[in-house]
Amino acid sequence: MANLVYLVPLFPLIGFLINGIFWKRMPKTLGGVIGCVAILASFIISLGIFFEVKSASFQGPLVVKLFDFIQSGNLNIHFDFQVDALSSLFLLIITGIGFLIHVYSTSYMGHDEGMVKYFAYLNLFVFSMLLLVLGANYLIMFIGWEGVGLCSYLLIGFWFKNRDYTNAAKKAFVMNRIGDLGFLVGMLLILFNYGTLAYQDVFAKLPAAHTETSSMYNWIALCLFIGAMGKSAQIPLYTWLPDAMAGPTPVSALIHAATMVTAGIYMIARSHALYDLAPMALDLVAVIGLATALLAATIALYQNDIKKVLAYSTVSQLGFMFLALGVGAYTTGVFHVMTHAFFKALLFLGAGSVIHAMGGEQDIKNMGGLRKKLPITYITFLIGVLAIAGFPFTSGFVSKDEILLAVYEHNKVFFYLAAFAAVLTAIYMFRLLMLVFMGGFRGTHDQEHHLHESPAAITIPLIILAIFSLVGGFVQIPHLFGGHDYLNQFLGKAGVPAVIHEGPGLEMKEWTLFGATCVGLLVIFLATKKLFAVSQFDGNYSGFKKVLANKWYVDELYDTIIVKPIGALSGILDKFAEKAGIDGLVNGVGKTVRWGGDRMRLLQTGQVGFYIFIMVLGMVALFTLGFFWIK
Amino acid sequence: MILILLILIPFLTGIISFTTKGDGAKSLGLLSSMLTLAVAAYVSGANFAAPITFTKPWIPILGTQFSLMADGMSSMLCLLTGIVSLVVMIMNVNKPVERAGAFYGFLLLSQAGLMGVFLASDALLFYVFWELALIPVYFLCSQWGGEKRIPVTFKFFIYTFVGSLMMLAGLIYLSLQTPGVTSYSWNDIVRAGTSLPADQQMWLFWLIFIAFAIKMPVFPFHTWQPDTYEQSPTPVTIILSALMVKMGLFAVLRWLIPVLPAGVAYWSETVVILSVVGIVYASCIAIVQTDIKRLIAYSSIAHMGLMCAAAFTNSAVGMHGIMVQMFNHGINITGMWVIVSMIEQRYGTRDMTKLGGMASAAPAMAIALVIISLANIALPLTNGFVGEFMLFNGIFRADTAGHILIMVVAGLGIILGAVYTLNMIQRTAYGDAGSAVVVKDLSVNEYLGLAIIISLILFLGVYPKPLLDLTAGVAGMMVR
Repeated sequence: MANLVYLVPLFPLIGFLINGIFWKRMPKTLGGVIGCVAILASFIISLGIFFEVKSASFQGPLVVKLFDFIQSGNLNIHFDFQVDALSSLFLLIITGIGFLIHVYSTSYMGHDEGMVKYFAYLNLFVFSMLLLVLGANYLIMFIGWEGVGLCSYLLIGFWFKNRDYTNAAKKAFVMNRIGDLGFLVGMLLILFNYGTLAYQDVFAKLPAAHTETSSMYNWIALCLFIGAMGKSAQIPLYTWLPDAMAGPTPVSALIHAATMVTAGIYMIARSHALYDLAPMALDLVAVIGLATALLAATIALYQNDIKKVLAYSTVSQLGFMFLALGVGAYTTGVFHVMTHAFFKALLFLGAGSVIHAMGGEQDIKNMGGLRKKLPITYITFLIGVLAIAGFPFTSGFVSKDEILLAVYEHNKVFFYLAAFAAVLTAIYMFRLLMLVFMGGFRGTHDQEHHLHESPAAITIPLIILAIFSLVGGFVQIPHLFGGHDYLNQFLGKAGVPAVIHEGPGLEMKEWTLFGATCVGLLVIFLATKKLFAVSQFDGNYSGFKKVLANKWYVDELYDTIIVKPIGALSGILDKFAEKAGIDGLVNGVGKTVRWGGDRMRLLQTGQVGFYIFIMVLGMVALFTLGFFWIK
Repeated sequence: MILILLILIPFLTGIISFTTKGDGAKSLGLLSSMLTLAVAAYVSGANFAAPITFTKPWIPILGTQFSLMADGMSSMLCLLTGIVSLVVMIMNVNKPVERAGAFYGFLLLSQAGLMGVFLASDALLFYVFWELALIPVYFLCSQWGGEKRIPVTFKFFIYTFVGSLMMLAGLIYLSLQTPGVTSYSWNDIVRAGTSLPADQQMWLFWLIFIAFAIKMPVFPFHTWQPDTYEQSPTPVTIILSALMVKMGLFAVLRWLIPVLPAGVAYWSETVVILSVVGIVYASCIAIVQTDIKRLIAYSSIAHMGLMCAAAFTNSAVGMHGIMVQMFNHGINITGMWVIVSMIEQRYGTRDMTKLGGMASAAPAMAIALVIISLANIALPLTNGFVGEFMLFNGIFRADTAGHILIMVVAGLGIILGAVYTLNMIQRTAYGDAGSAVVVKDLSVNEYLGLAIIISLILFLGVYPKPLLDLTAGVAGMMVR
């Protein structure tokens, strides 16, 4: 099965080509079916590959060769895929959740005139994302990396008539390109030092952990991490992600929550051998992750757009993942990618269902009390909220618990800050839940009249994701509660190391965390219920709350210190350096020649005497020159 | 013998074209460019273990021969010339042209000149073709161009011509240094140049390089370019930007780097820095342009800057990257101009502040615009990426100080490139159609022309091997 891995990206590619070429004549339903079937086929193959990799007989990573890509002298880059535990896990996440979101989209986008185009883009996205995780070298990863960026751009700006949306799309692409430059430099550094980009060859050339220190490892790791900052929306390159909510909601669920934005985590987990040798870069990963987790969580507290709350929550959760990677708990980071994919996709799709029912309304000021009218959406959304808040034994609890524990072992200050971010997570999520589903309805009469539960194509994916959000963590339940590290063992096959929690006091820590979580969540639940389960909600903030509601004014800051200066500089270059300066100089040379010609013309007087005089003068000059020259 | 056909076909059909009336010239042009492309494709299919040569006596008293030589690089450029000319002819099939006979005649003559430049292996012959390519373009711009064509083409002509004359002086000087009798043959020029002492190579370098620098153009010798592109009729803009700028780069690789190695080594750092400054400078200026043609002109300066920088980094992969990128840039920029001319024809303006909504009004055209633009900013799996990756790789490996910093600064171009390119897409394709102008989507010949471009973009982006193989041998020999 693993030899057939090329089929996994091939199906979405075919789906894209069919829908992309015949988009004009393709009936909407058929376009949707083609899109879904393509992903389903990939999912089935991915399942087969997953079980093969999981089986004991699977020996190490399998590299499937396709063709020569770039070959020049010593430079030899193949178009190869690598199948191992890490990539096969991501295959499942991408195609599995991808399929559910495709199905959901058939209903959600059913009324859109661009539906076939939408499915073409969505399939192209899945194709690129699969390239990203399947590539056997950094260049193929980069191809997927920029490919998903393109699809993200196309889908954020899907409703291209709206200028704000296309601005958001542009912002996403450009910010990602800033990160991509870092990635590119990192790749060139690897190529320069090791002469290859293939994972296995590069990692084989690295010394065994901690035997050798060189700033080169830090530089490479740092450059790659800049790429990850862009793609996975970390400080300072995170501001594109909230704006990316301009795209259709299923896109936010798939691209901007479950898959693409986790590419940075994949990249670092994939390159763990490098990061192990780069302690400084790894510390930076932890610090940036922690800072992002905190910053985004504070912003999420005061957002009134249902998708914006979820977007900042995503940024914050991605921060948690980087924090885990940064303290060396690679498998934990990947584990949180998985659980987050379940519950965040669920939350976004639930939000989509709400927005659908509200006739396009996204402002939670105008919602409230929806639990009665949208029961399935409510229950599943509740499960999602519990999971992300870390309610015991949900998937989110297990993975976040593991992160906190790993951080605790690493650095106590980091731990308290991370725990604080986790508390904030619970607060903003409960606030969202209360404002949307509890209390009384605050929208218009018309909206209330139209409220209805979504059709099966929407609710079934919600239910499936809710189940996974509940039980998805069981693969990694702590030993304390009788669990096994299934995921750690599985990823260990790909050589991704886990932090092993052992020794005395572990039980104590686990129980403390468990107890604190239970008490904390209960308090937060009651508090937010009292505050936000209301029929009147103002939603206008002042003072410090206003600063948070305005996202710490980071967008304004970037605008002032980067965007505007570049624009001004470009204008100055165009007007002064180019037109007046360089071109002026060129024209000046031309004018001088003309002016000189005009003056020289006057010498042609027509008087023979003058000519003879000049001639004699010239001869004298020549003789004198010749005389001295010879000497 | 086959090489002479590459020059003779366009040259003779060009002459004949002047005598035709009405639409005869169009058919003649189409036929001629198809024939030329076929020959070029045949030549490129050869195995270049040894270059194909063709030599006949020409003006013995000057020591010059009519000698042609095709290796991987020159046949690649002939192939590009063939493809681009064919696309130009196809796109123009349904466009009315005044005095078609003369127009197509000049186009074909210029094509003959280009082929000659890429094939000549005699310095004087090279110079003759260099001018033969330029002069028809001068007439095309000055007679069929836009409003401000007269001063603009005058400046263009003088500027490039001054450069050419300096180059001629340099080549003559070199020919006088050849061992034995005066000779202009490439081998003898190389022998003469390489044996010159370093201090002579150093000043001779600029004498010859200025002509190439103007042609490419390298910052700060570029100011003729945006005006000329803006004022020229589109077929001429295509010839200029897809092919003639490559003459400059090609000439650097054939007539400068092997000839004056010590001079090149001495000035490399200067040229690399100029080129890289040019990348950032031109990209910034492109951001604030509102006329699409000017935007693309500046973007082209940035792209040429990257190639020129790589040319002076003395790295094999960089050299190989230039070969690949010369071809790809030629294809992509042809595509860009084709789209621009369609926009101009349909909307009656190139001012982006007045455009918008193409994605709803003419979706096929908008899709083509997006694909070609993405190739232009080197998105992976388009042809632009392969070349750019190799070029960055080459600059990164340069043996000059600060090579990593230089690469990073050059890399700013990929960010700024995304800014101006996405701005352009947003302003032309996105937004509401609004205007009352009814926009026709692609016609058959436009479909065909764009299909050629887009297939090449995607094919060479996914599977660049044929192009890499064709030019591998030459690239290897360029390194000191």
